[in-house]
Amino acid sequence: MSKQPERIFIKGNEAIARGALAARCKCFFGYPITPQNDIPEFMSSAMIKAGGDFVQAESEVAAANMLLGAGAAGIRAMTSSSSPGMSLKQEAISYMAGSEVPAVVVNMNRGGPGLGDIGPAQGDYYQSTRGGGHGDYRHFTFGPGTVQEAYDLTIRAFDIAFEHRTPVLILGDAILGQMKEPITPWEPEGVDDEAGRDWAISGRTGGRDKRLIKSLFLAEGELAGQNKHLQAKYDSWTDLAECEQFETQDAELVICAYGSIGRIAKSAVRKFRKEGKKVGLFRPITLYPFPSADLKKLAEEGKRFLTIEHNLGQMVDDVRLAVRTICDSEFFPIYPGNLPTPDELEAPILACLEGK
Amino acid sequence: MTEMNEKLVFDKPESVIDRATHYCPGCHHGIAHRLVGELLDEMQLTEKSLLIGSIGCSVFLYNYLNVDAVEAPHGRAPAVGTGVKRARPDNFVFTYQGDGDLASIGMAEIMHAANRGEKISVVFVNNTVYGMTGGQMAPTTLIGQKTTTSPAGRCVAHEGAPIRMAEIIASLGGVAYAARGSLDCVKNIRAAKKHIKKAFECQVNATGFGFVELLSGCPTNWKMTPVQANERIQKEMIPYFPLGVFKDISEEGGIC
Repeated sequence: MSKQPERIFIKGNEAIARGALAARCKCFFGYPITPQNDIPEFMSSAMIKAGGDFVQAESEVAAANMLLGAGAAGIRAMTSSSSPGMSLKQEAISYMAGSEVPAVVVNMNRGGPGLGDIGPAQGDYYQSTRGGGHGDYRHFTFGPGTVQEAYDLTIRAFDIAFEHRTPVLILGDAILGQMKEPITPWEPEGVDDEAGRDWAISGRTGGRDKRLIKSLFLAEGELAGQNKHLQAKYDSWTDLAECEQFETQDAELVICAYGSIGRIAKSAVRKFRKEGKKVGLFRPITLYPFPSADLKKLAEEGKRFLTIEHNLGQMVDDVRLAVRTICDSEFFPIYPGNLPTPDELEAPILACLEGK
Repeated sequence: MTEMNEKLVFDKPESVIDRATHYCPGCHHGIAHRLVGELLDEMQLTEKSLLIGSIGCSVFLYNYLNVDAVEAPHGRAPAVGTGVKRARPDNFVFTYQGDGDLASIGMAEIMHAANRGEKISVVFVNNTVYGMTGGQMAPTTLIGQKTTTSPAGRCVAHEGAPIRMAEIIASLGGVAYAARGSLDCVKNIRAAKKHIKKAFECQVNATGFGFVELLSGCPTNWKMTPVQANERIQKEMIPYFPLGVFKDISEEGGIC
């Protein structure tokens, strides 16, 4: 009889921390902010046990810059925060994008703008997918919808970060972070702890040529060349776009939603299906690169779209860009502090389905 | 006729790359770079060194020192240095920052890195002005000093008093060594090198955070000749920013 895989019952925040540990993350730099505190709390002892290090930084600005340092040194490292703290981390994220430093950043999105609230929200979608700091850049962004997916995608995030020398963002929300679910943890094989051996700053041991990690390019044409190189990298990610499609094959109306809202929408779709109504779900798993090709294919099949987000309309721009030559998407906003039940999504979906 | 024998008696340290710098005539950054380079050579730290660059006139230091380097955002070098050192504790990690970078925008990062006792070394160049951006008021600008953003002269009531960083850093728990030297004359340059050496040793021996402030001239933005700039350091800067060692527990086994 084979051994049953281990099942553990944990919060999304802890799943991300455990995922990072499984991915052989060695340094974590944190700063307290609700609703992500479980991550630095877990990592404060886990990193030491893993033979790495943990620092509670003096600010999110400092935490993100510590991450820049550890990443430049070629070490797997992570930081986490929530919306107001993410604004402060954007400085270092821009530098990491510009100087091609691999790192994993987690945002458990809460309500905004400003101090907002501490409930779930998706108001940081633009910041997370457009390059949230200054300058012309993008970074890879995952939008997990379940606790298991949060664990799995954290492991993936470290691989993507080092393979493509880029910051990778995991965009969750307060619900994902605070909700407990049973998951099956796993350990990736063949993690390369020295993935930065050809470029990381490590000292000129043996008299090798010096290495420089920087984002300043002053000579004529130099910055243009660097930005072209970055854009080529972002373009190459198109094939890595991922989505979940649920009951889309014969659907007349496809709901587009990500993260926690994608999950609630899935419950609503199930209910409609029981009633024989042809509704499906398109849930992007990578938010950048956005799975535009898959969405366009659905549009070409003549389907109609309704985008539902926990904000006043951000991802809907990407949906419309994907289907723009064929059709459009309706939009239903969910205001912060008001997480909908699947039942509450029925009315807007039904109105759309019936063309009202 | 006797044959002329040429003997090289003064050369660049190996850690300093042989190339022209972008610095203005009379600028003291070159002297500070040389002192750092000499010590990296003498202490055999070159191959282990990881330089954290900063923003300001010294932003191109990574072009002049033959060591691995990463460029930090303005003021964040101590945070980036923290990340680098925690990731690679066996390397020698140092920052080199000016007064706008360290004492203004980077005040939080320098204070907390020092207080945590990060095993890094900080070389702090204080020339009382933002040099790279064209001579604006710095947190170290002296009372009455005219700059492009304090055209009537710095006034305590309006702009506050100049910040004495070496003394502030010395007051923090994690600091093993904090001193202030000056680069205006040979005697002071020799003393400054001793300070930097002590600060570096604190990291090598893992006793704690090492900090050296260097009073430096900026003839261009002070609108002076190099000689006048050196005189100003003597007459105006040293009386306000006294030279000396403000904390040294390097012989006591350091912090925790």
